[in-house]
Amino acid sequence: MDHAQGQQHPISIYLWIWGMLFVLSTLSYLVDYFHLQGYLRWSLILIFMLLKAGLIVSIFMHMAWERLALKFAILVPPGCLLVLIALMAIEGDYTFLTRLAVFLK
Amino acid sequence: MSKMIPDSLPIPAGLRGVASDWAADKQAFPVPWGKAMMWIFLLSDTFVFTCFLTAYMNVRISTTVPWPNPSEVFALRIGGADIPLILIAIMTFILISSSGTMAMAVNFGYRRDRAKTAALLLTTAAFGLTFVGMQAFEWTKLIVEEGVRPWGNPLGAAQFGSSFFMITGFHGAHVSAGVIYLSVVALRVWRGDYERKGTYETVEIAGLYWHFVDLVWVFIFALFYLW
Repeated sequence: MDHAQGQQHPISIYLWIWGMLFVLSTLSYLVDYFHLQGYLRWSLILIFMLLKAGLIVSIFMHMAWERLALKFAILVPPGCLLVLIALMAIEGDYTFLTRLAVFLK
Repeated sequence: MSKMIPDSLPIPAGLRGVASDWAADKQAFPVPWGKAMMWIFLLSDTFVFTCFLTAYMNVRISTTVPWPNPSEVFALRIGGADIPLILIAIMTFILISSSGTMAMAVNFGYRRDRAKTAALLLTTAAFGLTFVGMQAFEWTKLIVEEGVRPWGNPLGAAQFGSSFFMITGFHGAHVSAGVIYLSVVALRVWRGDYERKGTYETVEIAGLYWHFVDLVWVFIFALFYLW
């Protein structure tokens, strides 16, 4: 496939992904509807979220057919954000405990 | 081999391809420049939205006041029964459908089907407009009926309002801008601009933006509404 000339794929693949996104969204809605709680709820929400995100980026945004150099340039930098998220989660816990210690005195 | 011009050399794949794409004295990404630039813009936007979502995570972890239950806050009374999150679920399906029609528009663009491309682009924009309309309804309900403000609300943690308005507001602004963007591209497709230019890559680039807006909603839906 000549990428400079654009991305040409069969229509059916888009319809498939469309359907998959509908199913995954319905499943994540049902997680809330049936009041699942705790780790089961959080892991299901995250799994459905990541699957949907993966389908959108790889198929709808054609990332699956791009060259590895472009994939790396776009998909590796957000990895830094995991560090930010981890730091802010630790920070949030610390603030929470500090508030408990100070407010409940 | 040394007599060959660089363009006629075979392009290696895999890791060797990364090295050759970045190290060789040539254009790094063999895609239209507009597409590379859109990807880089979307990368920067990823950082912006992640900062908002991370800030939301931080204030939600650190507050000692209970967080309002989104499932109940965003419930709608339909036919005498409270259905949890129903408006948000419908908004999610609308945005996914708009992503579907957008993908088809890109496909028909590369097939040189001018009428179908323009029609699908306008359908996508219409879905986007519906989404923004429902969001306006949701905001009105929250502000007028529930009394939610950026600095506080009667339901629980004060940070709920600021996180909600910041995150969904920024996302809604992206959808609104996308509706205008897609309408302009649809008009140009209809006029035959890309027919004359010889390529429909502009439609694909607009598509990248639109799919990104849908992508961000996937994260907002999971992390703000469902968590």
